[in-house]
Amino acid sequence: MEIERHEYDVVVIGAGGAGLRAAIEARQQGKRTAIVCKSLFGKAHTVMAEGGAAAAMGNVNPDDNWMVHFRDTMRGGKFLNNWRMAELHAKEAPDRVWELEAWGALFDRTKDGKISQRNFGGHEYPRLAHVGDRTGLELIRTLQQRVVALQQEDYENHGDYEAYIKVFAECTVTRLLKDGERISGAFGYWRETGNLVLFDTPAVVLATGGIGKSYVVTSNSWEYTGDGHALALLAGAKLINMEFIQFHPTGMVWPPSVRGILVTESVRGDGGVLRNSEGKRFMFDYIPDVFKDKYATSEEEGDRWYTDQANNRRPPELLPRDEVARAINAEVKAGRGSPQGGVFLDVSTRLPAEEIKKRLPSMHHQFKELADVDITAEPMQVGPTCHYVMGGVEVDADTGAADVPGLFAAGEVSGGMHGSNRLGGNSLSDLLVFGRRAGAGAAAYVDGLPARPKVSPEAVESAREEALAPLGRSGENPYEVHHELQRTMNELVGIIRKADEVAEALQTVEKLKERVRLVGAGGTRIYNPGWHLALDLRNMVLVSECVARAALLREESRGGHTRDDFPGMSPEWRRKLLVCSSEDGSSVQVVEKEQPPMRDDLITLFDRDELKKYLTDEEMAEFDGIAKKS
Amino acid sequence: MSYKAKFKVWRGEGGEGKLEDFTVEVNEGEVVLDIIHRLQATQAPDLAVRWNCKAGKCGSCSMEINGKPRLGCMTRMSTFSEDETITVTPMRTFPVIKDLVTDVSYNYQKAREVPSFTPPADVRPGEYRMKQVDVERSQEFRKCIECFMCNNVCHVIRDHEENKANFSGPRFLMRIAELDMHPYDVADRQEAAQSEHGLGYCNITKCCTEVCPEHIKITDNALIPMKERVVDRKYDPLVWLGDKIFRRAKS
Repeated sequence: MEIERHEYDVVVIGAGGAGLRAAIEARQQGKRTAIVCKSLFGKAHTVMAEGGAAAAMGNVNPDDNWMVHFRDTMRGGKFLNNWRMAELHAKEAPDRVWELEAWGALFDRTKDGKISQRNFGGHEYPRLAHVGDRTGLELIRTLQQRVVALQQEDYENHGDYEAYIKVFAECTVTRLLKDGERISGAFGYWRETGNLVLFDTPAVVLATGGIGKSYVVTSNSWEYTGDGHALALLAGAKLINMEFIQFHPTGMVWPPSVRGILVTESVRGDGGVLRNSEGKRFMFDYIPDVFKDKYATSEEEGDRWYTDQANNRRPPELLPRDEVARAINAEVKAGRGSPQGGVFLDVSTRLPAEEIKKRLPSMHHQFKELADVDITAEPMQVGPTCHYVMGGVEVDADTGAADVPGLFAAGEVSGGMHGSNRLGGNSLSDLLVFGRRAGAGAAAYVDGLPARPKVSPEAVESAREEALAPLGRSGENPYEVHHELQRTMNELVGIIRKADEVAEALQTVEKLKERVRLVGAGGTRIYNPGWHLALDLRNMVLVSECVARAALLREESRGGHTRDDFPGMSPEWRRKLLVCSSEDGSSVQVVEKEQPPMRDDLITLFDRDELKKYLTDEEMAEFDGIAKKS
Repeated sequence: MSYKAKFKVWRGEGGEGKLEDFTVEVNEGEVVLDIIHRLQATQAPDLAVRWNCKAGKCGSCSMEINGKPRLGCMTRMSTFSEDETITVTPMRTFPVIKDLVTDVSYNYQKAREVPSFTPPADVRPGEYRMKQVDVERSQEFRKCIECFMCNNVCHVIRDHEENKANFSGPRFLMRIAELDMHPYDVADRQEAAQSEHGLGYCNITKCCTEVCPEHIKITDNALIPMKERVVDRKYDPLVWLGDKIFRRAKS
């Protein structure tokens, strides 16, 4: 069987926001660029993002600026963030949003004609550029149309739309190839035909998104099987922060088939409140000490905040996502949940029906069509859902480079930016800022290469064998193995973790690895989902092992990692990153690594009283020294 | 509250295929796509279907259910009676790759033929100022999730392969209208809408509007206004006739 072969300067894997922005940048810098994606062009999971893109443009509140955004991001991540990434993100997000407008995006407007910005959990000022509650769709469509615009430009100049940028849609990459230490190519298959394909390329940008499909209840689509995480590990790169998984507090809980599908945080940002079965706004009981002075302590104050933010503190429904998710979990466990096992999220008594339809059109539509619930007339029932992995490929903040030469990562598949917990709205801006940087990083890397790395025939042959193996076996049904992995992760490494349960999950994962090696897929190679799943399972199991191993080691609770047996946040653990690697792809090793201390000019942006809640005594002494000097 | 439903699903590849019968469990609250997934997991692991978000936001799972273009994820099983046989077939206008998956590359080609957003050369990013009321018209069209069901249902190409070369379909005629109504777009799009993208083929039967899962008023808000904007009006007898019957006040 002949293997189709293509030569590119940069291959971007994934066509969500980060992948498209990276590809646009690489192409704008003159590189021949391929975009390889598992779905059709324009269908990536970014379309699901509802709330908006956080950027301190200051259009609604002129007091906003990058320093406020930086502080909010660090706070949201419980100070475990890669602070350089948080800094670049806060500084560059406005330019990235404005650029979209110049490419045709139509955001909602303020009265004076600027881009409107909305409130969101953890953001001090209204900061999210948005289009109703379908911002992700606007972002993906704009980037997709920008790619098309570049193709039209290339057609004008070279007579070929695909001369410099080509989309390989419904194509899955199964292995990255190396020449010595350097990336030399990527190997995969066309989903449509089952034909094999080899990309000969010195630079690969991973932009594959997350890992949610290892969980039963998730807001993520089938694509989120941790491909990029696994490809990076298998190529010798490292993953960090894998224990931190964000459970979005408000997923749909009914009907069962849509359990986990997202209910945007904008519902709360625009006035929606959470109540338990006793009708109580329970979030007031769950304001943690570190946030005590930033949130309203009475319903009256919280309600006043929507119209007068200068003189009131925000309602606790807008705490960072990890706090709200744990609170809902606790209410349901205490027997105060809604009939279908969630809590009530009510906007119907808070805003007029017309206003709800205008501000939250797709939520109105989603509940009407999927659950037959009219959110303008009755409350929604919601509960936590696996939404986002903070962990990912360890990268250089400025260039997105992983520690394998030629390998880059951006967006959800990269780690560090969001620390232990991501703020809503910081994902779309992350994609744009670091997508662009990774594309530029890859282009610069290619320019600096003395010679093009070569693909070895042996590596291609072993990738070919691996990809075709499930078709030749009459083994177990891959769907069954997948279900067992999802149940294991959901029940044992979910929102609340215990050492013995995580250890049990690791034992199950070991057994699942064996079963993955034996799964079989019937049928032909043409568009065969059983075969595709069989291949994705390798990635899901490997990534699940990372999550479980890191979760077992981190003996504290922070952001998206809650240990029932270690409920407090530990200043010593804040300085430690857990780094996953895999020598041969059969198992995962985790080591501790110290996080570099924050730059002086950044740490002094915070009040001493706030830092005291997160830092060790030794770090506080250092801070006092810095503060005295400046 | 589960029951066994009777399904007929089109299966085949390489230009051949037939409806296959299945009996499959259905539970409360499920949609057609759930049932297709249950078939994959229990009876037909290689049954091909496109899907992504399962929440009506990505437009991947377009199919024809009992002959009507629908998103599989937004078609609740409770809209059928328990003894009804449900027939699921691929979109008819596009060539079948396998089972429910069709080759939709026609749409991507047409997308590429529409000249991109063209802002004035002297406006810098960050300087754009637009009124909400002025962006709302184009925003309605940008709700499009590209499920391509409007193009699938449009009779201009549904039963006339020969028209595909000269007709961009409701999706991309609407894209032209979207750009034409964008407050900052300076390209002249009206002549090409007619001469290159086949606006004149549309005889406003509104089939596209009926199937749109985003409830975009494609015909009323995009295609008819676009027809009215087309300079050389004599090419389109419908607009001429419409003008004779209902005189529109020009703003």
